[in-house]
Amino acid sequence: MAKITVDGQTYDVKAGDNLLKTCLSLRLDLPYFCWHPALGSVGACRQCAVVQYKDESDAQGRLVMACMTPVTEGLRVSLEAPQAREFRAGVIEFLMTNHPHDCPVCEEGGECHLQDMTVMTGHTFRRYRGLKRTHRNQYLGPFINHEMNRCIACYRCVRVYRDYAGGKDLDVFASRNNVYFGRFEDGVLENEFSGNLVEVCPTGVFTDRTFSQHYVRKWDLQHAPSICVHCGVGCNTSPGERYGTLRRIVNRYNGEVNGYFLCDRGRFGYGFVNSERRIRQPMLRGEPVSGETALAHFQGLLGGHTIGIGSPRASLEVNFALRELVGAEHFYAGFAQGEASLAAAILDVLRHWPVHNPSLREVEQADAVLILGEDVANTAPRVALALRQAVRNRAFERADRLKIPRWQDAAVREAAQGEKSPLFVVAPNATRLDDIAEAICRGTPEDIARLGLAIANRIDASAPAVADLSQEDEHLAELIGDTLTAAAHPLIVSGTGCGSLSVVRAAANIALALSNRREGRAVDLCYVVPECNTLGLAMMDERSVKDAFAAAKTRDLNTVIVLENDLYRRADAGAVDSFFNGTRHVVVIDHIRHGTAAKAQLLLPGSTFAETEGTLVSLEGRAQRFYSVMPGSGEIRDSWRWLADAAAKRWSNIDALTAACAAALPEFGPIRNAAPPAGFRVEGEKVPREPHRYSGRTAMFANREIHEPKPPDDPDSALAFSMEGASVDVPPALLPFVWAPGWNSHQQAVNKFQDEVGGALRGGDPGVRLFESPETAEPRWFDEVPYRLRDEARWRAIPLYHVFGSEELSALSPPLAERVPAAYAALHPEDAERLGVGETLAVRLNERVVRLPLRLESSLPRGAVGISAGLAGLFRSDLPAWIAIEKEGERP
Amino acid sequence: MNETRILSEQETAEILAAAGHYPDKSAASVEALKIVQKYRGWVSDEALKTVAGLLEMSPDELDGVATFYNLIFRRPVGENVILCCDSVSCWMLGADRIREHLSERLGIGLGETTADGRYTLLPIVCLGACDRAPVLMVGEELYEDVDESKIDELLKRNGQTWTDR
Repeated sequence: MAKITVDGQTYDVKAGDNLLKTCLSLRLDLPYFCWHPALGSVGACRQCAVVQYKDESDAQGRLVMACMTPVTEGLRVSLEAPQAREFRAGVIEFLMTNHPHDCPVCEEGGECHLQDMTVMTGHTFRRYRGLKRTHRNQYLGPFINHEMNRCIACYRCVRVYRDYAGGKDLDVFASRNNVYFGRFEDGVLENEFSGNLVEVCPTGVFTDRTFSQHYVRKWDLQHAPSICVHCGVGCNTSPGERYGTLRRIVNRYNGEVNGYFLCDRGRFGYGFVNSERRIRQPMLRGEPVSGETALAHFQGLLGGHTIGIGSPRASLEVNFALRELVGAEHFYAGFAQGEASLAAAILDVLRHWPVHNPSLREVEQADAVLILGEDVANTAPRVALALRQAVRNRAFERADRLKIPRWQDAAVREAAQGEKSPLFVVAPNATRLDDIAEAICRGTPEDIARLGLAIANRIDASAPAVADLSQEDEHLAELIGDTLTAAAHPLIVSGTGCGSLSVVRAAANIALALSNRREGRAVDLCYVVPECNTLGLAMMDERSVKDAFAAAKTRDLNTVIVLENDLYRRADAGAVDSFFNGTRHVVVIDHIRHGTAAKAQLLLPGSTFAETEGTLVSLEGRAQRFYSVMPGSGEIRDSWRWLADAAAKRWSNIDALTAACAAALPEFGPIRNAAPPAGFRVEGEKVPREPHRYSGRTAMFANREIHEPKPPDDPDSALAFSMEGASVDVPPALLPFVWAPGWNSHQQAVNKFQDEVGGALRGGDPGVRLFESPETAEPRWFDEVPYRLRDEARWRAIPLYHVFGSEELSALSPPLAERVPAAYAALHPEDAERLGVGETLAVRLNERVVRLPLRLESSLPRGAVGISAGLAGLFRSDLPAWIAIEKEGERP
Repeated sequence: MNETRILSEQETAEILAAAGHYPDKSAASVEALKIVQKYRGWVSDEALKTVAGLLEMSPDELDGVATFYNLIFRRPVGENVILCCDSVSCWMLGADRIREHLSERLGIGLGETTADGRYTLLPIVCLGACDRAPVLMVGEELYEDVDESKIDELLKRNGQTWTDR
């Protein structure tokens, strides 16, 4: 701690931080541009100037940049001294000489950090009358608009895109007034974190192109605290709505999960909510019917043998409601067969092994990382971004030795040069983390599992050994094993990506081996799971659609209720068809039309994440609540309400359902504490979803009704569809958006909501963790060592993932769809040459011959065929599998 | 892309030799760009991409270096590049007048090239010869204590075609 004096006031603060961060943590208003809590200090913009005094007798002082000044005992500074204020106003005035006067037509207006800082410094009158420099803007792809004339050259964009996210195709060009931030030539920004430019840019150079299609001002958006549904990470988001359509998604800070950043799939994948493919009306045998008729019909179908199929992309509550309606023994989780066994294996490890499932903040602390069989950048992108920060720990250690504060970004990077903490990538093909890897190993899932088991054996000789290991793999197992053993915070990352139980189990063996070497202390193990509630659903039920199909065969099946799930993505089309054909009544509750919805006799319009509330369990085992941003329009209802109503209104609101779920399944006990209940009030008031400047409330529906409508009730949360209510002391889990007086840009305003800037939200980061390391672990080595599989006649098919496309819902978002490739197969170029195949490849998958466009991929192991996962044209192929390649001549 | 088609063998060899002096090839960025410019007078997009490949950089990264330096030319320039100092000593001693005279004689402004491709006129911040201001540089040659008559003389020496316009 240190005692410092700021403008005559003394404070006890943490020593060693930079003064800007300290001032902001003290809730003082000090303008800045180039600094960012996640990026550190470079002292580029000169905006945070303050006066520092030698001692009490020093009346003159000298100007220093707060972001470059370490906090030390006895530091005396003034933010308000006239020379500091004048200097800061001067900096803004200089920046403004080239900044256009286009705020009224700029999409950043109203949430612009530059506007805020200009107002804060008091630069309200322009003296400059000269020419402004102008730039040509670039086309940067479907996500990001470019308007370089607005640039103030703070360098944050290249620092987040290149330094933080590892992007290669954005840079800074030229010098002086001509400094230009953009690409070498027009084209799509390739990095999957490009959307963060929109939030990190302090002004309107980079704006959300998807938002431009239906733009409204920030203050006219209705928000809610939400959770991203496009992968298993559980990033916190703040979606915005106007006139019943979802307009955009921005980051919602959670110090333990996503921090300040989202991936582009999560940010730009929201379009499905507004899609033409939405189910908006109940349909009975293809004819639209009213909600009442549909419900009455639904209730009529519930006698007899009824089963329910749940979904890993639906909330705990809605899955539980279905489970209650049909009875636990007739409820099937709705996983694909492979997914079900992988999820069960992962749960077993998390429940009973000496492992710790780390938060993303903890992932960033790792000093040695092994990725075993997971293409993290494509399956859980935000985890990949955290891993990219973890490899910097060695640079930070070097900085510590050189007595460079860790926040001195440029100096730390200069001192480190290329030095990185060790990260090993063992995956079937090239990944977008290979550039920071110390060593890379590629192979089939079996090769990967064998190497994993060998690493465990190297760390702890009591772990099962692997026979016939190649010399190369033996060396690698030694290197990786020894590095992990020597590390203070080793981390193993694996997951369901390979589709291989052996890989999942090999990762567990490594963690156990490390734990044995560390006197039984839990070891960080992060399993990537594919969907937003895979883990939560697996905790409820572990049975797959195949099990449901089998059950249907044993007894005459009267009704099946399919909940928010397209079974054609979970099992082979033939099996799904015959299941539906053998079922008398098919009821589907979902929000989007797909193959399964087309089979429904009764189709009930459910709600997307934007229109309902519920709890999702992330891959960290964190139960997090999301809330409706808007009421469902027309006949759209909460999916759980269709089920509750069919069960004679068993649960009056979501809290009753959450509580019932927590009571029925003890493992879910803590989920009630994931967020305050619907009855929660701040000073007797609900929390408004709309900012207090929300405009047009009295007139926005005047085309339908000239009287101002009553705001819709919300019995399911402590949030109101209104601009009125409590806006201070809101618990973090209920914060729909962040705003503070003078701070309209939410990346900056969030400073006012944290314990210390960049730390936890005041009141604690939202969510409750369901898995803590077991007190008495009961692990047993997995000892089934897979064979090194090679087969002359058959090919090992392995799944290849795409951040844009492999996930069902985001792929329906039009801007994202522009970047989704069509389904394809991939071969090593030499294999392709040996086979004499060119443009297309015919493969026999599940007894069906599929012709796919062929890609040559030199990172694939020989003898393997990569098959795209989840892309339009081929959803499901239960990989890995042995397949045959059909020769052109033999094609029927 | 066929690298040898864009750059000559000579250029490629010189660039790789320069890169060999450093543990990190990108450290030879400026040297490599100068090699290309030595042979071609300027650095085209295609050449830049090829050089980036040789130095294991993204074109974006290398172009950041190239565009930072005003003497790496990313657009074609004339046979003679006239660098016109506009820094303070030259400015005090009539740099503006010199530049106007040059513009008038050549028929081009700063940053432009004559139609016949003989001359490009560029500003420069300082040529390090303030004691002999105002100064110009044409190609590799420095011209000191410049006035209108010296300009006329130098242009005459370099070619007449434009002077009678």
